[in-house]
Formats: sequence, structure tokens, C-alpha cells
Amino acid sequence: MAAGADPVASESNWWNHMNYAVETKNLCRVFKRKRSRKERKQEPTKENQKEVVALDDVNIQVKEGELFGLLGPNGAGKTTLIKILSTLLLPTKGEAWVAGHNVAEDTFNIRMKINSVSGGESSGYGLLTARENVWMFSQFYDVPSKVAKQRADDLFKTFGLYEKRNQKMRTLSTGERQKMGMVRGFITDPDIIFLDEPTLGLDVNASRVIRRFVADWVREHEKKTVLLTTHYMMEAEELCDRVAIIDKGKVLVCDTPENLKKTVRRSSTLRLEIDPLKDYSKFRDIPGIRNFSKKVNPETNRSELVFVIDDEAAVSDILSVVTGEGKRIHELRKTEPTLEDVFVSLVGRALE
Amino acid sequence: MNIHLRLNLRAILGRAYPRVIGSLREPSWIFFEILLPVLAIAAYVFIYQALEAPPEFVGFVILGGAMTAFWLNVLWSMAAQLYWEKEIGNLQLYMMAPMSRMSLLGGMAVGGIFGSSIHASATVLIGVLLFKGPALVFPLMLIPIFLVTLIALYGMGMMFASLYLMWGREAWHMASLMEEPIYFVSGFYFPVKALGFWVALSASVIPITLGLDSMRQLLFPSVAAWGLFPVEIELGILVVLAIIFPIMARIALARMENLARRRGGLTLRWQ
Repeated sequence: MAAGADPVASESNWWNHMNYAVETKNLCRVFKRKRSRKERKQEPTKENQKEVVALDDVNIQVKEGELFGLLGPNGAGKTTLIKILSTLLLPTKGEAWVAGHNVAEDTFNIRMKINSVSGGESSGYGLLTARENVWMFSQFYDVPSKVAKQRADDLFKTFGLYEKRNQKMRTLSTGERQKMGMVRGFITDPDIIFLDEPTLGLDVNASRVIRRFVADWVREHEKKTVLLTTHYMMEAEELCDRVAIIDKGKVLVCDTPENLKKTVRRSSTLRLEIDPLKDYSKFRDIPGIRNFSKKVNPETNRSELVFVIDDEAAVSDILSVVTGEGKRIHELRKTEPTLEDVFVSLVGRALE
Repeated sequence: MNIHLRLNLRAILGRAYPRVIGSLREPSWIFFEILLPVLAIAAYVFIYQALEAPPEFVGFVILGGAMTAFWLNVLWSMAAQLYWEKEIGNLQLYMMAPMSRMSLLGGMAVGGIFGSSIHASATVLIGVLLFKGPALVFPLMLIPIFLVTLIALYGMGMMFASLYLMWGREAWHMASLMEEPIYFVSGFYFPVKALGFWVALSASVIPITLGLDSMRQLLFPSVAAWGLFPVEIELGILVVLAIIFPIMARIALARMENLARRRGGLTLRWQ
């Protein structure tokens, strides 16, 4: 403690942050990027600017025992936030606490309590077996060898990798390596685990196994906390107690999936599949549309439109725009609101 | 046992494990780590034999060939290692773990010393059998000289590993750049004194220079006149290097880690 610091105030400060597994206050992270010679000659624009704001004034509080989701599109700042919380990156401004400890100052106490798994990771050494690799990583967390080996075997069974545990890692498929990453993350029995898109690129069954395990793990262990980032809204909806929707470094909303969906429940969601239009801006002028997103399916060459509408009268205007251009409507559905609809209503585009 | 001590001992063991296993699991090391160095030795041995140099010079070359295993290990598997760890995604997992970063480098060094010792022993054995070097004496002094040389050498590797953390891809080029000149100025295949006092003195910053010189003086006392300094002085300098390099490595690693956390250099953009 710095000379002259008030120990009582400091203790109370620590206790305040102990109430949460994770807490951030006005957290900002700016990356400086090198501009190419060509860019340096040009006038600074949004695209070639020297600084990239990855996180902008992020405030979240994750309770102990909570399965908290960060939902946002690629490049929203989810991974940056995880890196700061797992002590790999310092904030540019603001503060963050994990298990009551400041990420910038008290890394040892944080590192003893956390672990992290990223989707698509291929960490470890190809020459070692899967079991040897996870054992090696467990040794960096003071896990006794015997305990580590037992936990590894249990986790390999859970993730359906037990038969392959003694195979060299380089012979495992990408999905199997990803499951090995999960075993590595959980073998240390962390109090708080950061799962950064853990099901990214996995097949349906493997994703289901991981989701079920994570849900069971956090329910069966009262004090274990999971911070999950995903851009699969179904995953966030299925797993998370609370979800923060993040876009362009800003947390837009944070609540339970139910409450978030309630914010658009008074509205309705209209999904349309149509031939591509020349101009979509006409939809902006239709009264009663809160927001909409579009994406083109390259396989079918059809536009998939999602409208969050406050007034049912907007439906006929939407259809008029489409038919007015002589385009065909292939599908029209009115659906229950999802988290994706919440995202669309907030930012006006789809998650992916 | 104190939690920090226990944690760091486990971490050293854990990180040493892949090196120990790696040096034995793949039989290809026999070709790359023994047969190829023996070819390099053979070139120098034939030159010395053609020049009718004393048989001790064959011994010089075999010893140099054996120590090559340690030098290459330090250069490519210590100094440039953190760069590779970052590329394959291990570095962020290491940096997120609670153990001391020195345990990470210590584990790499312990594992590297183990693997390289096997390679070096095999090189000596094959070299002696093939080229029939001179009769050897094994004074006890050889043990502390060898151990202190390794500590200083791997300490230097740890320090470079820390610096390379920030250099990224340049680390690879830097290691390439260092390999041959250091081979030359450290006198792997000839007595370093032959380069002249000042060049040899400058090269003494690299621990293997004085380590080799001392071991040669001890193993081949009949040509001890080729030694740069008396063995006791060389041991003293090596002890100083063995203390300084790990301390500098610790300081550099702490600073580089902090810098990397500020700049976002511990992970690749997509990790």
C-alpha cells in the first residue's frame, strides 16, 4: 500500500468490489495502430484513423454465481474486455476488478482464481498427448499432479474425448482441440471462467455438449461465475442469467434475456425473405418501424429482412415497397421477439 | 511449503516436461541434432588433420560441436521461444497463469538443458569414436565450469526471450543474424585466443566463449597456453555473468510484460 494511503478506505474499497465477481467502471481501451505510408499522406478519416476505440465507457457488474453473457457482433469489443479481465491487457482509462482485485494492480490474486477458453484456440504442443497438455497447463495453477490427472480424465469423459486423451495433440481434429481447450480451462477449477465464443465453429452436437456442461457447472457450483461472450443469440438466450449487448465498444443494454425481450414485446417482429431490392432506404421513411436489418443470403440470392415494428399498419407499407419494385416475397413471418430482435431494435442491423 | 515456492516449482516442472519429452519422443532428433553437427565437426577435424595440428585440436572441435547443442537450444528454443509461443497461442495462457514468469523461462531452460545434454553427450561419444581424439583428463573443476557456463548461457537466453517478446517477427531474424557470428567469435572450433585479445575479450560477454575456453584448458592441459585467461579468472567472470543475466532477464521480462499489456502485445490480433 502506498505510504499515506488510508487503510480503512482501501479495505472498504476492496470490500465494495468483493460483492461482484467482475466489475468494470468507465472502462475504455484504445488501440493505436500504425498507419501505412499511403494512409499518412491522406487526410485522417474514420477508416484510416490512428486510434481504434475497442471499449468505450463500459460499466458492468457480474454477480458471484452468475452466468453472464456478452452478446455482440464480431469486432464489438467482447474479446478486448475478456483480455482486460484476464489481465492480458491494461485498460486505457477506467478500472476493472475481478474477484475484488484490480486488474491493473493485483494480478496474482486474480490469476489464481480465473481461467479462460477461447473458441478456435489451438494452444498446447503437438508432440504431447491431450492429457499431457492439460496436465502441463494445470501445473501453472498449483494443481497437484494426481488431482489434475483425475480431473482431466473426468473432463475428457464429459467432453467425449476420453478415448483420445492419450493421442498426440497434433492428431486431433480442430473440434477435438477445442474440446481439449475446455478441459484445460476447467481443470484448474477456477472461481471465474471467461469463455470467449467457446462454440465457435463447432458442430451442433459438440456445441450442445459444451453448452450443457457450462450450464450444469455454474448451477451445480453455487459460487462459480462464468462470463461468456458469443455472437450466437440462441446461446446467450439459452444459457445466460443476464446478458449485456455490446456494439462498437459500448454496452447498449444489460438485463435478463426475458426483460430484454420485453423491451421489444410491445413491438412485433416481421421476417421477410424477398428478391434483393435496389434501394432499402425507403423502409426508413415508413412510420411505425422501430428499426430493421437486412442480409443477403448468397446461396439463395435472397434478402432476409427483419423489421421491429411498433405499429401493425407498417406491414402493408413494407409489402407495398417490395411489390412496388416488382420483387417477389418468398416468405413472411411474424415471430416472437428474440435477443437478435433486441439487437436489431437497438442498432439497426443483424448480429452476424 | 510456501504457496509461491510450490506453485513455481510445479510450473518449472510443467514447462520443462514438453522439452524433455520432445527431445526423446521424435527419433528425427538423432539426424538433426547429432549426425548434422558431426558433419560440421568432420570438416574442421579433417582440416586440422591435414595441417598436422596437435591431436588436442580434434578434441577442441569435438567439445565445440557438443556445446553447439546448448547454443542452438538457447538461441532458437529460449531466445526466440516466446515469439513462437505467441504465434501458436500459448503465450497468453502462460501470461494469464499465476506463476512467476521466471518459472516459465526456468522450465524452458531446465528442459532445454536436459535435452541438449543428451544431444551433446551423443555428439561427444560419436566424435570420439569416429575421430579418435586425444586422451582426456577429467578434473573436478570441469563440473562447476560446465554448470556455471550453462546457468550464464541460459540466463542470457532468458534475457533475450524477454526482449524478443516485443520484437515479434524480428526476433526470428535477430536469432538468424546472431547464429553464425557468435559461432565464429566464440571459438566453437578453434581457440578463441586466435582471434586476438580484444576480439576474444568482447566475445567473452557470451558465456559459451569463456566456458569453452576453460573446459578446453582443463581437458587438454598440454595446450593450455591457448587459453585466454587462467581458468580461475574465467570461472569468476562466468559466475558474474550467471548472476547478472538472470537478474537482467527478470527485470526485462517484468518491463516487457508491462509494456506488452499496455500495447496489447501478448496476443495476436485474432487470438
